[in-house]
Amino acid sequence: MKWFRQIFAVTNMNLLSITQRFGSSLVVIVGIAGSVAVMVSLLAMASGLQSTVEGTGESDRAMILRSGSNSELSSVISIEEANVLSNAPGLEEYEGKPMIAFEVYTVVDLMKKGAEDTSNLPLRGVDSMSFAVRPETKIIKGRNFELGRSELIVGKGAYDQYQGLEIGDEVVLRNSAWTVVGVFSTDGDIHESELWADVKVTQSAFQRGAATSNAIARLESESTFETFAIYAESDPRLEVKVENELAYYKNQASGVSAVISSFGYLVAVIMAIGSIFAALNSMYSAVSTRLVEIGTLRAVGFRGSSILAALMIESMMLALAGGLLGAGLSYIVFNGYTVSTLAAGTFSQTSFDFAVTGDIMIQGLILALVVGFLGGFLPALRAARQNITDALRAL
Amino acid sequence: MKYWIIIVAALNRKRWRTGLTISSLVVAFLLFGLLRSVAVVFTEDIDLSGDDRLVVASKYSIIDSMPISYLQRIKGIEGVDIVAHQDWFGGTYIDRANFFPKWPVPPKEFLDIYEEYKISPQDEEAFINTRNGMIAGKRLVEKFNWKVGDRIPIIGDIYFLKDGTNLWEFDLVGIFNDSENPANEEQVFLNYKYFDEARDMANGTVGNFIVKLDDKEEGPRIAQEIDTMFANSMDETKTYTEKAYAQMFASQIGDIGLIMNSILAAVFFTILLVTGNTMSQSIRERTSELAVFKTIGFSDITVMLLVFIESLVICLIGAFLGLGITAILMPGLSEMVSLSLGQVALDSSIIISGIGIAVITAFISGFPPALGAMRLKVVDAFRKN
Repeated sequence: MKWFRQIFAVTNMNLLSITQRFGSSLVVIVGIAGSVAVMVSLLAMASGLQSTVEGTGESDRAMILRSGSNSELSSVISIEEANVLSNAPGLEEYEGKPMIAFEVYTVVDLMKKGAEDTSNLPLRGVDSMSFAVRPETKIIKGRNFELGRSELIVGKGAYDQYQGLEIGDEVVLRNSAWTVVGVFSTDGDIHESELWADVKVTQSAFQRGAATSNAIARLESESTFETFAIYAESDPRLEVKVENELAYYKNQASGVSAVISSFGYLVAVIMAIGSIFAALNSMYSAVSTRLVEIGTLRAVGFRGSSILAALMIESMMLALAGGLLGAGLSYIVFNGYTVSTLAAGTFSQTSFDFAVTGDIMIQGLILALVVGFLGGFLPALRAARQNITDALRAL
Repeated sequence: MKYWIIIVAALNRKRWRTGLTISSLVVAFLLFGLLRSVAVVFTEDIDLSGDDRLVVASKYSIIDSMPISYLQRIKGIEGVDIVAHQDWFGGTYIDRANFFPKWPVPPKEFLDIYEEYKISPQDEEAFINTRNGMIAGKRLVEKFNWKVGDRIPIIGDIYFLKDGTNLWEFDLVGIFNDSENPANEEQVFLNYKYFDEARDMANGTVGNFIVKLDDKEEGPRIAQEIDTMFANSMDETKTYTEKAYAQMFASQIGDIGLIMNSILAAVFFTILLVTGNTMSQSIRERTSELAVFKTIGFSDITVMLLVFIESLVICLIGAFLGLGITAILMPGLSEMVSLSLGQVALDSSIIISGIGIAVITAFISGFPPALGAMRLKVVDAFRKN
């Protein structure tokens, strides 16, 4: 009990005198805040990308690609195959028609806002069933395209990132002119990075004939997925593979976000080592300017261990303040910030928002406390072990 | 220089403090060196005439191709030395995790342009003469334990064979190496002629042309001439220097330069604060010593300079050690950053700007204490004691 009272007394004294050591305490806080902010921001970027891509899809939807294709970009489904697939068992019906949409997926070049060169953007030719299969699709600005016309609707992410996609703008894609008529959202998933147009118009503008790239189907229930998949993959007229939509996008997600998060950890660890040096420096100074105080406390009966504990608490509290500052700053600045990157499977841009999650903030605070512990321990140990007479002689 | 001993004594006064300050500077300059060398690859200003290789790509998008008949027309342009081309094959070797780029190319022309890919004359001959021949980089060969003569199966994803199947088989006929940039050894080249005859679609087209020039200064004119030649055709082109093409690709990954620079700003803001605080603290502790210097006849300016030089020495030692460690780690980093981004290296320009930043840091962090030292009144200083 007495030991705790001593710790409390010394801690209280230390904290009250912090204003006199404002400069060096601030250095500890800012140093740690910097490392935490960098780590939290980079991890938030990685997790934002991952959740956008992995958040695409529903478990009762099936993605149908040509067998052997790893992405929609390299897939081809012929019109004969489309007819066979439309009659497959297990499909949900909508207004008397099977819920399967045949789409064209291609890549077009447009200029990002403020960029000097073009970036690749996915263009999806969709038919009216595409909207029934993906009920999360909503037009949030303007109107939907009309069938048979060269009109485009733009995903929210693409709309934010690219120039010349305002409603009414004319866009030239591969020598054909299109008009932007609306903006759509799909609950923040990967389709918001895309341009959508009528599949028939897309086929003729891009010389695709009657072939499509992929199909997306909605099943009666998750349990009929197997029935549908076995039928499609074993019918000799079909050369396709059927994948659960969730599983398909999960496969596409790996890679870039892993690179970003390992880069984030690497930079954060190096910065944290720098912050440990800064914290050591400040804590040593804090201890050395208070040698007489500490010697006096020891002389009147305070134990070395309670002085050690009190100094550690001081260093950890500064670190915690730094961690909160860093994590808070990166939350305020970056949470929801939209950027885009190149997706590996489709060679096209995916827009996503930074996601500063609670888990990432906790990782940042842990980093801060580790730095505070390592930076505080040696100086505190030195103070606690200080010979009382030497300390008092320093006067 | 006669005051050197004073500066050394000042730095030795509290060795742990000098050591820790230098250590945090070392970390800052290590990060500076590493991040700048990566960022340079993405943001470097492109010297349009500094490259004797051009890449001709489709104007529409990365997945569009051009007819191979363009080759003869490009060849006819004055100042063009050799024309080759390449396609993106995609495809999977056994498992998706084994990914490496596979490029169908015309063997002779391609190897004539890419002189940095060293290959024995026998292997080159075999590549030219084997219909389904393939050459692989030394690293890949070691990674997968391949031997010349092996038949390598590749599952096509973009390209299928004419019979509708997608199991491609290539004979490994040679091995190349690129000692300057070993990351380039993680790719294979296939014989275009066989690839084009066997695939079920897009026959007679290529992804990109690669044009080697007689004189690199002619780059801008020839690029212009190529694009004009195919303007208003079904397949318009856009011609880049090889470096610009790689950079366009890299910049699509994201605004890496911006991210790197924001991290560096955070790092240097922190470091400035640390060094500045340490400097002023160490000067405060020595107020009476400085007063003694002034009493025995040191001028105000000299005292100020002494403080400045002390801060400069600390910052420069930090910069040299930090950049030195970067140089040691650089080969490892260069391995990690994937190919096609070009080589990551610690440029002399990075070292120079690092030293420049060290001087600026020294100036900013040394300025307040140096000014204080200059203005110090001897009487006040002694009265404080």
